[in-house]
Amino acid sequence: MTVAQAPALTSGDAGATPRRHPLSGPAQVRPARRGVGKFLGLTPFALYVILFLAIPTILAVTTGFFTEDGAFTFDNVMGIFAPTVLATFGNSFLVSAVTAVVGAVVGALVCYALLGTKAEGALRATIDSISSVLAQFGGVMLAFAFIATIGTQGLVTRILAEVFGVDLFASGPWLYQVPGLLVVYLYFQVPLMVITFMPALEGLKITWAEANATLGGTPFTYWTRIAIPVLAPSFIGSLLLLFANAFSSYATAAALVSQGSPIVPLQIRGALISETVLGRENMAGALALGMIVVMVVVMWGYSVLQSRTSRWQK
Amino acid sequence: MSAARRLGAEPSRITRGLILGVVGAVFAIPIIAMIQFTFRNGLGGDNTLDHWTGLVGEDAARTYRGLLQAVGNSVVLAIVTVGIVLVLLLPTMILVHLQFPKLRRVLEFICIVPITVPAIVLVVGLAPVYGIVVRVFGSGAWTLAFAYGITVLPYAYRAIQSNLDAVPVVTLSEAARSLGAGWPTVLRLVLLPNLRRGVLAASFISVAVVLGEFTIASLLNRNNLQTALLQVSQSDPYAAVIFALLALTVVFGLLLLIGRLGAPRNRRTE
Amino acid sequence: MTSIAPGTTATATGAAVELEAVVKSFGTHRALNAIDLTIKPGEFVALLGPSGCGKTTALRALSGLELVDSGRIVIDGVDVAAVPTNKRDIGMVFQSYSLFPHMTAIENVEFGLRMRKVAAGERRGRAAEALDMVGLAAFAERFSHQLSGGQQQRVALARALVTRPRVLLLDEPLSALDAKVRVQLRDEIRRIQTELGITTVFVTHDQEEALAVADRVAVMRDGAIEQIGTPEELYATPRTPFVADFVGLSNRIPADLIDGRVVAHGVGMELLGEPMDDGPVTAYIRPEDVALASEGIRATVVTSSFLGSLRRTQVALSDESLVSIQHDVDVRPQLGDVVFLRLKGAAVSAVRRTT
Repeated sequence: MTVAQAPALTSGDAGATPRRHPLSGPAQVRPARRGVGKFLGLTPFALYVILFLAIPTILAVTTGFFTEDGAFTFDNVMGIFAPTVLATFGNSFLVSAVTAVVGAVVGALVCYALLGTKAEGALRATIDSISSVLAQFGGVMLAFAFIATIGTQGLVTRILAEVFGVDLFASGPWLYQVPGLLVVYLYFQVPLMVITFMPALEGLKITWAEANATLGGTPFTYWTRIAIPVLAPSFIGSLLLLFANAFSSYATAAALVSQGSPIVPLQIRGALISETVLGRENMAGALALGMIVVMVVVMWGYSVLQSRTSRWQK
Repeated sequence: MSAARRLGAEPSRITRGLILGVVGAVFAIPIIAMIQFTFRNGLGGDNTLDHWTGLVGEDAARTYRGLLQAVGNSVVLAIVTVGIVLVLLLPTMILVHLQFPKLRRVLEFICIVPITVPAIVLVVGLAPVYGIVVRVFGSGAWTLAFAYGITVLPYAYRAIQSNLDAVPVVTLSEAARSLGAGWPTVLRLVLLPNLRRGVLAASFISVAVVLGEFTIASLLNRNNLQTALLQVSQSDPYAAVIFALLALTVVFGLLLLIGRLGAPRNRRTE
Repeated sequence: MTSIAPGTTATATGAAVELEAVVKSFGTHRALNAIDLTIKPGEFVALLGPSGCGKTTALRALSGLELVDSGRIVIDGVDVAAVPTNKRDIGMVFQSYSLFPHMTAIENVEFGLRMRKVAAGERRGRAAEALDMVGLAAFAERFSHQLSGGQQQRVALARALVTRPRVLLLDEPLSALDAKVRVQLRDEIRRIQTELGITTVFVTHDQEEALAVADRVAVMRDGAIEQIGTPEELYATPRTPFVADFVGLSNRIPADLIDGRVVAHGVGMELLGEPMDDGPVTAYIRPEDVALASEGIRATVVTSSFLGSLRRTQVALSDESLVSIQHDVDVRPQLGDVVFLRLKGAAVSAVRRTT
């Protein structure tokens, strides 16, 4: 390779003009490219996003309005309102809401416990990393973990049975059904809360607590009148993120649930694989539309709440 | 006792220990159960090392060929996805930051969309798109990275953006330009060294997300680490759990590295 | 300007404050080393010193934010060392902006009254008066992010004063502000303090600020008070070289102690502070105590800067040591000029010099 030639290859005008002495004066400023030309640099990313984000999303939410033959129909979308499908949405909603609330509360407690530890210390680094792993890497692995723990032959199941004589499955194989999802989802919801909420909690200034004390306040008034009101918008924001996270989660349920499709993502799988669920084609598209609607409503609710509760935020 | 603790702003040592201890223990149990599971000898009560030694035995390469191939696929996918982040997302973010400040909100919106559009929804629309992708690029495992590039967008964006916000990119590049540097030089000698932490963090988090991805691969009938784990778990649950634990450790290490990168190097002292 | 202040009668004379042999350690570091300090009712005392000298710790010990290891902290004749902050009845303004971000300016000011269970109507009224006192009546409904740094500190001052505390503690309240706002607010703090007659302790590392506002200034070093006195006393008769160095500007000039008097370049000067044995010393001589003359110590001009009503010129002596002098603006020495200096012979502080 001839390294010396490299500049000539990378910069168009380097070869044309004689080399300037670095101190011979200000560099010539290239005239700014005008009009459409200057947007040229944005096209690769734009094309990519259109092809792999915009088109799939549009396809996903519109296919529900068409039959296999391309004719327009409302049948699929109306299919969402079938009792069985509605029940699925209900389950998804329940699992998401319960795990979001419990996850948010437990996660916030963990964040509180971490207050006052060094941000770059070993404890925090470890908890941050563990949280990230569990929050973003869970999926199939979580199903394994819980089958090994409280599955029919799980470690805890056996200990409970052998030592305490308690049958964890007296009321049926609940781990592989909706109640199981409630337990397992918490395993990624709590860590997600820790990651997303910790920055907000760290944003509490120590001088607020000091000012509270010098003004005659107690630790109780610090939390009820200052810290909690200040944190409320972030807390609700994190809560909704947790809801959305559980609502769209698929892998854990796919690996855990043994029978049927009790939540919406599993029902989409059923529709995609068989294409004949409930006797309708393109049902997956309708279900996807339903999910998007729920997600958009959640996000919209968040922005409304945000603008109402946080006049004081920048 | 520190002022913060006395004023109630921070938990006491006992409270901290109690909360972290209880939550930590509850969260440790499933991991311990997984580890214990890998030493079980069938349904009997005794323990064995066979499941671990089997992984390095003579037949291992053959027995776990599918799984190893899937690991290979996931590694390739991780590399290509990081490539997409570096080649498509990073230059666009720098360009928007420097030249099109008005488009910043638009870019942010685009990059956050994948949170609102779950993978399970995206995959419904990706199926027809991949019909075309396969015709153009063939059906190589790596092509799934196009979809993964979208999946990692929110994470990679956030990592790079926080770095961009922390560095006076505009001033730096103007300074370099005024000293006579061309754009390629500005990028190579000034911007990238200053964005190193953000770029590395974006790459690592992308790798972690790709190694953990199941939804899209599974529903597009592709083979990656996670789909293979589920498949192997049907026939050899012990190997599946061992591989899951190994993957967990690797990703944990990656994320620990991100934490190190994020830590400020020169702490200010009072 | 408004001069009706809340509680003018209630705290017309503030509380007497006393620190007695107060010790506070952080690990192995002794932040307060048996410090003694007596503040008269209504007095404005500044704690001045470099960072790490213990001035902020002393203030926080007074406020109860820091518990002390030993010693007495007496407010109004009562030892409050064991009394928690919220029961000490103090007002405090912090260095960093400490307004509660989710409350408006007036809600912030009301907070202390709320903690004291003052009825809503009276609360509003008193808070509005306090905001008026700091000149922010029109900003009552603003949130802190809608206020400038100076305005935020004014609200913080109103918040600290509205409860009519016995002592006002100011922890470098001006250090985050622009130079101009800093001077403005510091004069206003002094005006309000004088009106209310509230005992005030003001921590700062800026000697100009301390000299400008305080009745007395305590110069701190290594967790103890090096010297306390009126600004004039500190400036004219620094008892130690540290004070001479920290308060105002001093030239360090090699000299000899002969029969208890400091002699430099043939000029004898009275020694301030503790008497010392004769021998070589370094004298701390103010720039205004060195004059330009037609003959005397030969020196070369290094820099000269215009300071408004006077000019300060730095010159190098033959041994290359630098000396600052202060003189009329009409005299305009040029770089490289050779000039002659004369010591005026004012009393100086000195420290033993090892040759």
